[in-house]
Amino acid sequence: MNMMSEAAVEKALDKKMNDVSFKMIGKDVSVYYGEKRALFDVNLNVRQNTVTALIGPSGCGKSTFLRCLNRMNDTIDSCRVTGKITLDEGDIYDPSIDVVELRARVGMVFQKPNPFPKSIYENVSYGPRIHGLARTKAEMDQIVETSLQKAGLWNEVKDRLLEPGTGLSGGQQQRLCIARAVAVSPEVILMDEPCSALDPIATAKVEELIHELRANFTIVIVTHSMQQAARVSQRTAMFHLGNLVEENDTDKMFTNPDDQRTQDYIMGRFG
Amino acid sequence: MTDIVSPVPSSFTKTVSPARRDIGIKRRYAAERRFRMYGIAAILTGLFFLFLLLWTVISNGYTAFQQTTITLPIEFSEKIIDPKNERAENPGKLMAANYPLLVRDALIKVLNIDPSNRALVKRATDMVSASARTQLRDVVVANPAVIGTTVNVSLLAEGNVDSANKGQIDLDVDEARRKVNNQQLAWMKQLNDAGVMTKEFNTGLFTYGASSRPEAAGVGVAALGSLYMMLIVLVLSLPIGVAASIYLEEFAPKNRFTDLIEVNINNLAAVPSIVYGLLGLSIFINFAGMPRSAAVVGGLVLTLMTLPTIIIATRAALKAVPPSIRAAALGLGASKMQTIFHHVLPLAAPGILTGTIIGLAHALGETAPLLLIGMVAFVVDFPGSPMQPSTALPVQIYMWANEAERAFVERTSGAIIILLAFLIVMNFGAILLRRRFERRW
Repeated sequence: MNMMSEAAVEKALDKKMNDVSFKMIGKDVSVYYGEKRALFDVNLNVRQNTVTALIGPSGCGKSTFLRCLNRMNDTIDSCRVTGKITLDEGDIYDPSIDVVELRARVGMVFQKPNPFPKSIYENVSYGPRIHGLARTKAEMDQIVETSLQKAGLWNEVKDRLLEPGTGLSGGQQQRLCIARAVAVSPEVILMDEPCSALDPIATAKVEELIHELRANFTIVIVTHSMQQAARVSQRTAMFHLGNLVEENDTDKMFTNPDDQRTQDYIMGRFG
Repeated sequence: MTDIVSPVPSSFTKTVSPARRDIGIKRRYAAERRFRMYGIAAILTGLFFLFLLLWTVISNGYTAFQQTTITLPIEFSEKIIDPKNERAENPGKLMAANYPLLVRDALIKVLNIDPSNRALVKRATDMVSASARTQLRDVVVANPAVIGTTVNVSLLAEGNVDSANKGQIDLDVDEARRKVNNQQLAWMKQLNDAGVMTKEFNTGLFTYGASSRPEAAGVGVAALGSLYMMLIVLVLSLPIGVAASIYLEEFAPKNRFTDLIEVNINNLAAVPSIVYGLLGLSIFINFAGMPRSAAVVGGLVLTLMTLPTIIIATRAALKAVPPSIRAAALGLGASKMQTIFHHVLPLAAPGILTGTIIGLAHALGETAPLLLIGMVAFVVDFPGSPMQPSTALPVQIYMWANEAERAFVERTSGAIIILLAFLIVMNFGAILLRRRFERRW
């Protein structure tokens, strides 16, 4: 990989993206919070090794859709999901699917950095530990190191792994959360506005990181920033009032969208 | 939402500053100052009453930690203790010997009294506590070799002599109506000057059980009973309370039934404690046939009383854990159980511990339910187990407060000081534990 130029890598990934069938398929997904319907028959497919950005004004259902992908909505009592979501052709809402296993395959990074109030090492090693990914201390050390390296945090924290993760700066905390999600070797990583609580410099670092993670993971990211969607994603989906308005290649989406509402939103006419 | 934002009208840029209304800034500041004064006044009032309480208790009670003793050279005469020399075959003889006679003889010698003047001798022996009998018996039974020798023994002074020695008896009162007469006062002065009568630290206050003689009464049995009860309360109410709270807070569906449970738990916290005593009496003693006056029943009743407090505190502590921590753990694929035990519970621990210790402190000071289950009793012997009769610290205070002797007045306050010391230690422990477990995020 290192021998290839960056452009070549990009090309190879794009090829893979177009070759491979969809990683996750959402078919007629509707979500109800009690009586209120939050999503209306959304059909959205997530491609492998692709960054898919979900954009749209507040309350449009993009986070709701994201949280359906690893069944985080299960934790809300009043929430009901209909339709079908598959991960590698397996229905994730099938009763035989263990939600614990699903979340090990579909990791999540949240809006606000939420490291555990424990050491940096424990933050990263927690996931592998509960999923039994390491048999020895040495293996665990290895997982922690590679995860932190993938999250671009290793050089900043390698000398203070035993210090609390909450003592890091906001941007570092968010990258720690990404390292924590990466450590369980998921196939898909969901990111719910991962940069909304960060300053521009930290945001740039996280965006760069998302770009690199694409090589190994499939990423779905919710963002409020159109520029961010344009920078990090290959595919973009636009939500409005619980409906999927349009899903397209990011380039096309930001230059020549099919739907008028997308055009208006991107131009800043509403939202 | 879909409206196109109209451009800002140009007239907005030319602003004319409007005339400011009088919004009463001075009044606002005055109100704030007044409110601060109210706050300071409230705090000062509280402090005043706290000071008053502590001052009353301590000024009345500090003397209880001293006890007047009379050290006499006791001649353990074989003639009196065991005239027929049958202690080898019949050890019970030593238990029943006429020990007060030894005290009398020693006093006669020390005070130089005519032995034939019985009234005078009686007055002299009255100065030594009647508990001298058991004191000397214990010396002899522990070591029968002392028989035939003369040993200095510190005997407890009688309660009124003790009070007089501490200056608590008004000597201006007519002798006939005074508990200590002039002859005894003269002897006291003589004994004090000779260094025979001294004031020593009152270890008996901590080690003795109940006694009708103040000088031989202590909170030992009551403290042990309280300790048993606290252990029972801790062992039962902490796991039950925490388990109930975790289930209600994290697992239970939110429906009418759980709402009803929640309302009832809150109501139980407000039920008068004497009602719990009645409950314990009818269920644990009358129905389950548990022993009366036993710490085990007291512990169970106090457990029932403490549970709502612990459940409410634990639920509040669990609620205070940020949802983002739960989301983080769940998002990593932790099960609900793992999320709670690995992340939520450690973060809630300080709150749970504080609630538990405050609940325990509350239970430690509780008297009313114990009265109903028979723990208000005259218990001399230390309970070997929670199944045996005992009393509790607050009940002991209540019983002593009913006694008439001057020496019991100071002991009542002394026992209150001991109880308060326990409570302060427990609350201090709660603060330390909270500091120790507190984490920031």
